[in-house]
Amino acid sequence: MSAIRLDNLSISYGDTTVVHGVTLDIAEGESFALVGESGSGKSTILRAIAGLAPEWTGTIELLGRARSHGVERAVAAQCQMVFQDPYGSLHPRKTIDATLSEPLAIHGIGNRDKRVEEVLTAVGLDRRFRFRFPHQLSGGQRQRVAIARALMLEPKVLLLDEPTSALDVSVQAEILNLLKRLRREQGLTYLVVTHNLPVVSFLCDRLAVMRHGRIVEVADVGLLKREALVEPYSRELLAATEGRGGVLDGAA
Amino acid sequence: MAPMLSVKNLRVSFPTHRGRVEVVKGISFDLGRERLGIVGESGSGKSMTGRAILKLIRKPGLVTADRLEFDGIDLRSQSDRQMRAIRGARISMVMQDPKFSLNPVMTIGEQIAEAVVTHEKLGRSAVQERMLSMLEAVRINDPKRVAGLYPHEVSGGMGQRIMIAMMLIPGPELLIADEPTSALDVSVQAQVLDIIDNLVMAKGMGLILISHDLNLVSRYCDRILVMNAGTVVEECAAGQLEQAQHPYTRGLLAAMPVINETRDELPVLDRSQWAGT
Amino acid sequence: MSTRDWLLEDSPHSRLQANAGRAYRVFTALLRNPLSVLGGVIILILVLTALLAPWLAPYSATGQDLANRLAPPSGAHWMGTDELGRDIFSRVIWGSQITLTIVGLVALISAPLGLLLGAVAGYFGGWTDRVLMGITDIFLSMPKLILALAFVAALGPGINNAIIAIAITSWPAYARIARAETLTIRSSEFIAAVQMQGASPFRVIVGHVLPLCTSSMIIRVTLDMAGVILTAAGLGFIGLGAQPPLPEWGAMISRGRTFILDQWWVATMPGFAIIIVSLGFCFLGDGLRDVLDPKSEGK
Repeated sequence: MSAIRLDNLSISYGDTTVVHGVTLDIAEGESFALVGESGSGKSTILRAIAGLAPEWTGTIELLGRARSHGVERAVAAQCQMVFQDPYGSLHPRKTIDATLSEPLAIHGIGNRDKRVEEVLTAVGLDRRFRFRFPHQLSGGQRQRVAIARALMLEPKVLLLDEPTSALDVSVQAEILNLLKRLRREQGLTYLVVTHNLPVVSFLCDRLAVMRHGRIVEVADVGLLKREALVEPYSRELLAATEGRGGVLDGAA
Repeated sequence: MAPMLSVKNLRVSFPTHRGRVEVVKGISFDLGRERLGIVGESGSGKSMTGRAILKLIRKPGLVTADRLEFDGIDLRSQSDRQMRAIRGARISMVMQDPKFSLNPVMTIGEQIAEAVVTHEKLGRSAVQERMLSMLEAVRINDPKRVAGLYPHEVSGGMGQRIMIAMMLIPGPELLIADEPTSALDVSVQAQVLDIIDNLVMAKGMGLILISHDLNLVSRYCDRILVMNAGTVVEECAAGQLEQAQHPYTRGLLAAMPVINETRDELPVLDRSQWAGT
Repeated sequence: MSTRDWLLEDSPHSRLQANAGRAYRVFTALLRNPLSVLGGVIILILVLTALLAPWLAPYSATGQDLANRLAPPSGAHWMGTDELGRDIFSRVIWGSQITLTIVGLVALISAPLGLLLGAVAGYFGGWTDRVLMGITDIFLSMPKLILALAFVAALGPGINNAIIAIAITSWPAYARIARAETLTIRSSEFIAAVQMQGASPFRVIVGHVLPLCTSSMIIRVTLDMAGVILTAAGLGFIGLGAQPPLPEWGAMISRGRTFILDQWWVATMPGFAIIIVSLGFCFLGDGLRDVLDPKSEGK
């Protein structure tokens, strides 16, 4: 069964359409990347799947069930999201404990203390962090909390919106390792939005290159590793990542 | 030949309620007409170093140095007024995000022209000519049209190129670029850095490129300083980055995923290996 | 381990300790600002005076002593007596109860009302926003005192109606602030995160949006309290607030105005009380602004 299936999905903000007829099929347990530059519509797709961008046409299916346009409680337990900015995604006046307990309270799940400690351990945070406020944590620790929050309801699908682009290189490595381990341990499906091709190479199985709201190319990550992407735009992105962008301009 | 910029034992500190905290702990370097990269993670003090050179650290921040000389001028003893004359005309700085550096109610042409007029007396038409040729130099195809636009009408990449034009038009001898491309897309990044690189080389200027991105710095600089927790932990030629000695530099290099990644787990920095963190 | 260590512990062990620690940090930060300490002390004295009025006041607030009319300040009557021979000092002390009641009730009615309306308008946007903000604008477009006057005139003079009138005229400003704050908070990622967890709009507003609006609201309400006291005094002054013989400060000034040239103390003493308490609220509000400002958080 596919974890996420998009069929002819078009998304708009007001009068402008930012995603045009995207069709994708992501298998359960797969780690899939949406790659592109700002304005390519990759984050918008993520927000639509999450129910945060309600103006869309087409079909979004999650684990075989078509989802409606708004936020759904049933979807919440299956699919959660990790945001880009660890400084903006945690409530500044709530302790880590309160942030993590909230989803359990919303869904009326008991035994919260145990679950919070469990998840904190799973994301590699010591229990002494439990009653701290976000401003007492570093960027990497905050991102761990954000991942923990997404895991509270034991979802099957995680949407990751540039999960490491706001972090330092050394912290990025820690978070990438964590994401990889969690996926292995909990059998999660990842949909990762990023502009960072090496991250895709480390974390994902397949990728789709997006430009101007359309999918340019869907490829196996093996092709990326061999730098054998087919479409010219994909190759351009690859070249820019490798620092050969200047060569095309005839500079340097 | 005496170096263009000479920094010795530079320290920057800020007061907190636990006492003064040093964010730059005594760093020294000399810079000729070359491209120097300063690399470090957030909190390493790399940006503060750049700002301290231009005396842009406001009270209650405190800057001390045994030597802080630019072209024989002792920057420490310069008054605010004298510093303003040096800033822009002889040392320029490009910041991270053009959105916050451009004046939203002036056209781009006016802003660049103003940068010329503040430092030189020139006729109107001469200023216009300089402005347009500078826009051309940063590869803006239609300078006449772009000069009439307001900052919100241009993209991030073009905004940053305009900033570079503005910073370089008075003909400074040293350019300090603090994360000039981290707000931009990858494909635009290379373009902007190429422009900086070409202009710096063509005019024989000095460049200090401050960034968190080791690869990027090694590509565009001759020499690299790696900073961690306010100190320089390693200094090496850009080409020899692969042979870096310090565990921190090595750790940073190893922690970066690569395109043809085969490792199952990325090595993580062991911060207990060296003092200072 | 001392209480202080417990409060400042870097990794608290319970919810209670975390919140107490935060409150303690705000409190100590407040103590570092001399003006806000002064403001706090004034407010504290006001509260204590109101609570202990029966014991503090040397005379009855309403007991007349016509033989001793309009006596100047002296050892027996520290602030002199008024035209009915009542001790002004005792009346000012008893008056603090009325002032505190007005301030307290106005804050309790208008701040939550404004907060809720503003947050709802800001969170839902669209028609809800337009209707609620339309109503708010109508209230805002009229001068506060005149509007309060109209309400009191309609409801009838008296202290309770004065409180209601002032509360009705002061919530729109709070609604505006709450709406503006909600608009920025609404689009933040931590709100998106709770929405994704399936939280109802009610839960998001009350549990996540409002806690972030409250600090600016506390600051604003504290600063506005001076204005509330002045409005109440103004209503009292023109005879639409507290009715005689209640020792309301504004009404006292009003009575004293007849004698202002010859017996200055009758109008001046309650005037001092009003000024000092208003200043107290202003100082405290300024101090709170410095401490609760989110930008200074975490330093």
